[in-house]
Amino acid sequence: MLIGKSGKIPSSEMTPEGVYVNRREFIGKSAAVVAGASMGSGIGGSIGPENFQKDWSKVRSELDEELTPFDDVTSYNNFYEFGTGKSDPVRNAHTLRPRPWTIEVGGLCDNPGTYGLEDFIKPGNIEDRVYRMRCVEAWSMVIPWQGFSLKDVIDQAKPSGSARFVEFRTLHDLEQMPGQRYGVLRWPYVEGLRLDEARHPLTMLITGVYGKTLPNQNGAPIRLVVPWKYGFKGIKSIVSMRFLEQMPMNTWKRSASHEYGFYANVNPDVPHPRWSQARERRIGEFRRRRTLMFNGYADEVASLYSGMDLRTHY
Amino acid sequence: MRLIVLRLVTWFAGLMPTVWLVWRFLDDRLGANPIEEILHRLGDISLIFLLVTLAITPLRAVIGWNEIIKIRRPLGLFGFFYLTMHFLTYAVLDQTLDFEFIIEDVLERPYISIGFTAWILLIPLAITSTKGWIRRLGKRWKKLHRLAYVATIMGVVHFYWQVKADTYWPTLAAMLITVLMIYRIRSSRGRWRHKLGKLRTVDRG
Repeated sequence: MLIGKSGKIPSSEMTPEGVYVNRREFIGKSAAVVAGASMGSGIGGSIGPENFQKDWSKVRSELDEELTPFDDVTSYNNFYEFGTGKSDPVRNAHTLRPRPWTIEVGGLCDNPGTYGLEDFIKPGNIEDRVYRMRCVEAWSMVIPWQGFSLKDVIDQAKPSGSARFVEFRTLHDLEQMPGQRYGVLRWPYVEGLRLDEARHPLTMLITGVYGKTLPNQNGAPIRLVVPWKYGFKGIKSIVSMRFLEQMPMNTWKRSASHEYGFYANVNPDVPHPRWSQARERRIGEFRRRRTLMFNGYADEVASLYSGMDLRTHY
Repeated sequence: MRLIVLRLVTWFAGLMPTVWLVWRFLDDRLGANPIEEILHRLGDISLIFLLVTLAITPLRAVIGWNEIIKIRRPLGLFGFFYLTMHFLTYAVLDQTLDFEFIIEDVLERPYISIGFTAWILLIPLAITSTKGWIRRLGKRWKKLHRLAYVATIMGVVHFYWQVKADTYWPTLAAMLITVLMIYRIRSSRGRWRHKLGKLRTVDRG
């Protein structure tokens, strides 16, 4: 199933006209909302008319699955920089200052540079993507993100021939992220992708959710989303992107390499050493559901791993 | 008089967690993953009751109030009750009685194997908690009920193995059970009683 760019949603999936008039106008609005927010409003909270959320509730997801309610998406989070409980980030992330924000792009590339958010968030640049998100803890959500392809940034940076991986880092600031005072993980949070994974059309840098500016607890102001991998690959509050020759050491693999690997592809056949990955709790549902290979994106991504033993490269 | 108050407090403490969880359920305050929340809270609650139950005997020696031993049974039974609810939440709500998955979990996930075993070990203790059984078993009752320590240690290990990375609370629980174990081992050698006997110069009757 192809996740098309905005505008390619089959008409059967579209919401009635009165509710959701013009997709481009909607994108323009959400981009404007985000761009407006980048002018220094600070807290990544709710910006824009309230009916944005109601519009989304009527949008039939391209995946033909129920969207996870906004309140759940923004109050049930793993973001240890603000505490290890699921409800800690929504309570504690107000100390994060997502504007102004800069991202360093560097490493083995021809066009390194320091980017501000405004460089990425331009009207017409931001797309809607409704993705499944599967946490390694065996729960999942369906989330309507707003963002742009990571490939755009990579193309601009022009990685050199020897570059094979991209590494990302989260902000490291004990004042803004008090959870970093505790050594539950090594800080700053580091994640990475193989260059082909990074260039894949599904891989997105995300700046909004449900038509609103990305809330702090969801990784404001900009985070990675790689829907066919476990959620911990979706590094939040990114400040740095580097092109490397060697595979970066991602934080969870460093924390427990026999439990978390670099690839972290969703795979019901490879259990976590301590729990099964065969089923998942979709937030909002009562029965667990069977986990899908590559989180249901096998058609789009399986070819990246042909010939690889996914039990060894977990 | 003080005993009646103690019993009331014990029963209140025993029922409050249920009231609290039911209220949170009715008020939709269980968050986005209510089954997980209930499961984890019941785990916390049962571990707390088990640890408190094991703390009664040392507490009795330290404060010198013998009657306190009378709340040990209700506390232990509350612990067993909440542990049973914890297990049922897992089996009925989380796994929707899919026995294929439950059996695989119990056999193949060490933290679940040890947790399940801990619960199983406490069943005979719950059954033999009555006066009739105490009489019937005599000396063997005390030996049987030492399993309470084994089960609680298993519970702490279950907790430790279950958490993803934040070992703060399981470590704390491990320290508590260690202290309680040390007391128990030393007291069974008589030294502790002897030392406290010397300290208690005033009769608190």
